[in-house]
Amino acid sequence: MVDLALSENLVIPTRAAALKRFGRSDARFRLLTLGAALVVVAIFAGIMVSLVSGSWLALSTFGWGFLTSSVWNPVTEKFGAFAAIYGTLISSALAMIIAVPLGIGIAIFLTELCPRALKRPIGVAIELLAGVPSIIYGIWGLFVFAPYFQVHVEPWLIEVFGNVPYMQDLFAGPPYGIGMFTAALILSIMVLPFISAVTRDVFETVPHLLKEAAYGVGCTTWEVMWRIVLPFARSGVVGGAMLALGRALGETMAVTFVIGNAHHINESLLAPATTISATIANEFSEALGDMYVSSLVALGLILFAITFIVLAVAQIMLKSLERRSGGKSS
Amino acid sequence: MNRAIYARRRTVNGIFLVLSAGSAAIGIIALVLILYALLMNGFGGLSASVFTQDTPAPGSAGGLANAILGSVMMSAVAVVVGTPIGMLAGTYLAEYGRHSWLAFVIRFVNDILLSAPSIIIGLFIYQLLVARMHHFSAWAGMAALSVIVIPVVVRTTENMLLLVPNTLREAAASIGAPRAISIRAVTWRAARAGIVTGVLLAIARISGETAPLLFTALNNQFWSTDPNAPMASLPIVIFQFANSAYEDWHRLAWAGALLITATVLTLSIFARLLESRQR
Repeated sequence: MVDLALSENLVIPTRAAALKRFGRSDARFRLLTLGAALVVVAIFAGIMVSLVSGSWLALSTFGWGFLTSSVWNPVTEKFGAFAAIYGTLISSALAMIIAVPLGIGIAIFLTELCPRALKRPIGVAIELLAGVPSIIYGIWGLFVFAPYFQVHVEPWLIEVFGNVPYMQDLFAGPPYGIGMFTAALILSIMVLPFISAVTRDVFETVPHLLKEAAYGVGCTTWEVMWRIVLPFARSGVVGGAMLALGRALGETMAVTFVIGNAHHINESLLAPATTISATIANEFSEALGDMYVSSLVALGLILFAITFIVLAVAQIMLKSLERRSGGKSS
Repeated sequence: MNRAIYARRRTVNGIFLVLSAGSAAIGIIALVLILYALLMNGFGGLSASVFTQDTPAPGSAGGLANAILGSVMMSAVAVVVGTPIGMLAGTYLAEYGRHSWLAFVIRFVNDILLSAPSIIIGLFIYQLLVARMHHFSAWAGMAALSVIVIPVVVRTTENMLLLVPNTLREAAASIGAPRAISIRAVTWRAARAGIVTGVLLAIARISGETAPLLFTALNNQFWSTDPNAPMASLPIVIFQFANSAYEDWHRLAWAGALLITATVLTLSIFARLLESRQR
C-alpha cells in the first residue's frame, strides 16, 4: 500500500477509495470478458449475414429452383444446387451407415472386451487419430485407396451385384476408382475415431452398479450392452453420431480428392459425383462473374443451414445426457 | 427348452463379441494402413532441400521452405490473435456467465462454430476481406485461421476453469480479493496447464486446415513474408501438388503430409500430457 500511496502524490487512499478502485477495475475486466464472449456471437452473426448477402443474387435469380435444379453451367450462368446437395447427403449417409456400427463396436470393445493393458494405448491412439487433418485422409484416398479399390474391389462389386435387382443399378458402370462410394468410405474412416471416442466416453458414464446388477442376474455381455448400456447412453450415442454427421457433411479435403467433381446425379454409387464443399473448394478461386460466385456462396449457405440443424440436434442430445450424469463434461 | 434358450443366448453373445472385436480390428487396420502409407511415401520425399528450397516448377528440384514459412507465420498470428479473445470469452462463460441465458446462447453458438465446416469460414473471410481488398492476402488467411482458433480456446478454457474447485475462489474472496484479481491470480493460474492445452490443440487444428485458406491466402510459389500478398501454406501446396500430374510434385506432397501429421501428433501428445497433469 505504501507504493500506491507514493505514486498518488502521498494521498493515503481511504478504504472507500480503494474499494471504489477495485470495483471499477472489476467492472472493466468483466466488460472485457463479456466483449470477448460477444466476439464469438459476432463471428456467428457475421457468417450468416455474409452468406445470405453473398448468395442473394443467385437466390433471387433462381428462386426455389436453385434447390431443385441440377444444372450447373458456368458458361450459360445457369446454376442449381441439387446435384451437390444430393452428393453431400448421400455420401455422408453412406459414411454414417458404415461408421456408426463400427464406431459403436469399437467403443464396446474398448469398454467391455479389451484387456486392461491395451485399453489405454488403443484409446489414446484413437483420440490422436481423431485429430489427424482431413487432407491426410484425402491424399491417402487419392494415391493409395482409390487405385486399389478400382482394380481389386469395384470390378468384383459390379460382377457380384450385376444380376441382383435394384442393387445392379447401385453398382453399375465402369470402375473409375474415384466416385461417391470411395468418398463415402474415406469419410467413414475419417469419422470413425471420432465416433468411437465420443461413444466410449458416453459408455463410461453408465453407472457400474447398473451393469453389475445385470451381470449379477446372469445377463451375457451382449444383453448388458443391448438392454442396459445402449438404452442408458442412447442420447449420447445419437448426439455423438450427429456430431460426426456434421463433420462428414461439411468435410472438404478428404472428399474433394476422391469424389470426381461431376455435377450430375448418377444412380450408380461407383460413378463420380460432387458435394457442396468439394464444389466450392474446386471452383471458388477460379469462378468468374458475379452470378457464379454468388451461386457458390449460396451452396455454402445451404451447407451451413444443414450442418447447423444437425449440430444443434447433436448439442441438445449431448447436453441432456450431461445433465443426467450430473454435469460431467466429457 | 431351458437349455435351448441358454445355447441361443450364448451363440448371440458369441457372434456379437466377434463382431465387436472385428470392428475394432477393421478400424485399427485402416488407420495403420494410412500411417504406413504416410510414413513410407513421406520419408521417401523427405530430404534437406525440402526445408531449404522453395516450391519448384514441375520437373525441377525444389522443396517446401516457403510453404513451411507461410504455415508457421499464419498459424502464429492466428494463435496470437485468437488466444486472448478465446481465453477472455471462456473466462466470461465459466466465471461471470455460468447460468445466464446470454452464456447459454454463447456456449451454443461456440459449439456450433467449433464443428462448423471450415470451408464456410473461408467463404466468410473471403466476403469480409478478400472481396473488399480485391486481392488474396495472407491477412485474410490469418483472419480465417483465428476464427477457427477462437472456439477451440473458448471451449477448453471454460472446461478447465470449471474444474478449478470453488473453494479456491472462496478463499480468494475471503481475504478480500476483488473478482477480477481472484480470476487472474488464482483461477487462471490454477487452470494454466489446461488453458495451454487448449492453445496447443488449437495450433494442431489449424496447422492442417486447408479449406479456409483456399480462397483467402491462396498460394504463392515464391518465398514471401509480405502479409498483404498471397502466401503459400503446407496444406494448400499438398492439395495443389497431389492433384497435379507430376511425379516429383507428388513426392513433395507426401513429404508435406508427413510434416503436418508429425506436427499435429506431437502437439496433441504434448497437450494430452499437460492435460493429464491438470486433472
